[in-house]
Amino acid sequence: MAEVTMLNRENDDAKGKTIAARVVAYIFLILVTLLSLFPLLLLILNATHTNNELQSGFHAMPGGAFIDNFVTAWNDTALFTLPRSMLNSFIIAASSCIITSYFSAMTAYGIHVYDFKMKKFAFNFIMVIMTIPTQVSAVGFVQLVGKFGMNNTYWPLIIPAIAAPSVFFYMKQYIESTLPMEVVEAARVDGSNEFRTFNSIALPMLKPAIAVQMIFAFVSSWNNFFTPALILSKSEMWTLPIVNATLRAKIQSQNCDIGEVYMMILLSIIPVVIVYFFLSKHIVQGVALGAVKG
Amino acid sequence: MNKKHKLVSYAKWGYIFIAPFFIVYIIFQLIPLLSTFYYSFFENYRSGLTQVGPNFIGFGNYATLFTPDANGQIDILAYFGNTLIMWVMGAVPQLLFSLILAVIFTSERLRIKGQRFFKTVMYMPNLIMAAAFAMLFFMLFSNIGPINQMIVAGGGTTFDFFANMWATRSIIAGINFLMWFGNTTILLMAGIMGIDQSLFEAASIDGATSWQVFWKITMPLLKPIMVYVAITSLIGGLQMFDVPQVIGTSMGSPNRSTMTMIMYLNNFLGTSKNFGMAGALSVIIFVITGILSVIVYRTMATDTGKPKKRKG
Repeated sequence: MAEVTMLNRENDDAKGKTIAARVVAYIFLILVTLLSLFPLLLLILNATHTNNELQSGFHAMPGGAFIDNFVTAWNDTALFTLPRSMLNSFIIAASSCIITSYFSAMTAYGIHVYDFKMKKFAFNFIMVIMTIPTQVSAVGFVQLVGKFGMNNTYWPLIIPAIAAPSVFFYMKQYIESTLPMEVVEAARVDGSNEFRTFNSIALPMLKPAIAVQMIFAFVSSWNNFFTPALILSKSEMWTLPIVNATLRAKIQSQNCDIGEVYMMILLSIIPVVIVYFFLSKHIVQGVALGAVKG
Repeated sequence: MNKKHKLVSYAKWGYIFIAPFFIVYIIFQLIPLLSTFYYSFFENYRSGLTQVGPNFIGFGNYATLFTPDANGQIDILAYFGNTLIMWVMGAVPQLLFSLILAVIFTSERLRIKGQRFFKTVMYMPNLIMAAAFAMLFFMLFSNIGPINQMIVAGGGTTFDFFANMWATRSIIAGINFLMWFGNTTILLMAGIMGIDQSLFEAASIDGATSWQVFWKITMPLLKPIMVYVAITSLIGGLQMFDVPQVIGTSMGSPNRSTMTMIMYLNNFLGTSKNFGMAGALSVIIFVITGILSVIVYRTMATDTGKPKKRKG
């Protein structure tokens, strides 16, 4: 009897400790959540205030200038036009995310399905180049783009997306686990040519992987600053990161409308945030599967 | 591979399928990379309206990179130092913080609910445009920004964060921390969940405390992933550009204390069009990254069940 009560007491003790630990853990997690959301919330909050309100002090409550700030930011043509920059960013990000996932799947399929002499070499080569930062070839890249007469065009920011080693690697792993050779064989028996087999049979099976990689590629292209800043010198070709960098100088100029600047920053990031909250499930899984971008 | 498929020769299709990747890679990455190496041996820059070079000068650009300036400062070492300092300031707390989060999320005892929600929110800052993030923080901490408004309202005097080296570096490191801890947490969680569950069960049967389990089982088995995460983060850290470029401008304000390696490279490319120096700097960054990458591949190789090679 005595032993049993002892055990119970120990159990209760352990339970109490677990509950306490759980409470601490949840409080910690909630604080971290707030920390992660705080920059975005503060940005949205400030984008609702007029310049005068923002200059006069911090306001914890939203103001009524959201629409006004939007209209001002949208129609400002002083240094750049925001809608045009958004369009530039969108064209580049959308095109590169489509071609990067398509051609990476194609390359991975080529190496997985066919046997050829250079197969092993091709795979190892891609693995080796995977960690080379794009910045280290910038000198040659800038000169090449100049020679091709492609400065201030979208091309040098889209075409290189065809060769994306990390996307290839992800696709290769996905194909290995989802595409049985029998499917390819069966298609051949049915008289399908190799391209059709890839496009209309293999690709649909790779949809989940393509979706994940399209999101990642879109976001990294949308946020890319270094290369576009070297290629796009004309303000009508600027993408949003370049625009954001010029805001630094803008807010130090006189008569700058701070509310408008907050709105411009918000408009640069909000498309990605919206897409993220719709597709977050796939993205978080994608990260866990090793879809990390340096 | 399945032997059966070797019978029919579809080999040419293999080449056709991988051709676009390799053609584009060679034109837009490999040739630029090799020509960058090549340019590093030439004097080639613009001085005002006159173009100097290209003249072959051997390792001249490399020597110039390591020559002290009028103040006795060797720029490349100073900027390498800046990059490392800001990386350490962001990455070390980030690793600890992410480790705690990963342990909490995977704890059998705590059984945290709503994991997807927490992870979704914590990963979000990673997707926010770094330039916009930096711009936002620049405004928040500026002399007329909300932080200073609160300091003044509380009776203090305006503190010029961006005139103070450590304040500016801390803000940059803080942004990097905020952007990357969610990513690191998810990677470490995957690592912890990859540990054989029976080890944890055996430990709990033997009456091990959570503290003991963490130090005796989780940590040793997590070490390869910690190394992987740390080094890939360092490779990323060496490429640090967007945030300090916006906050410190191309001058690396204040007093060049936030100038990173890539900002230095960007300055050679942009304002002075000094392709020779830019080339030499690129080669140095390439070599450092290469060494770090080899270490990553090594840790990944030992991670896949092969007997561990330990040196020393």
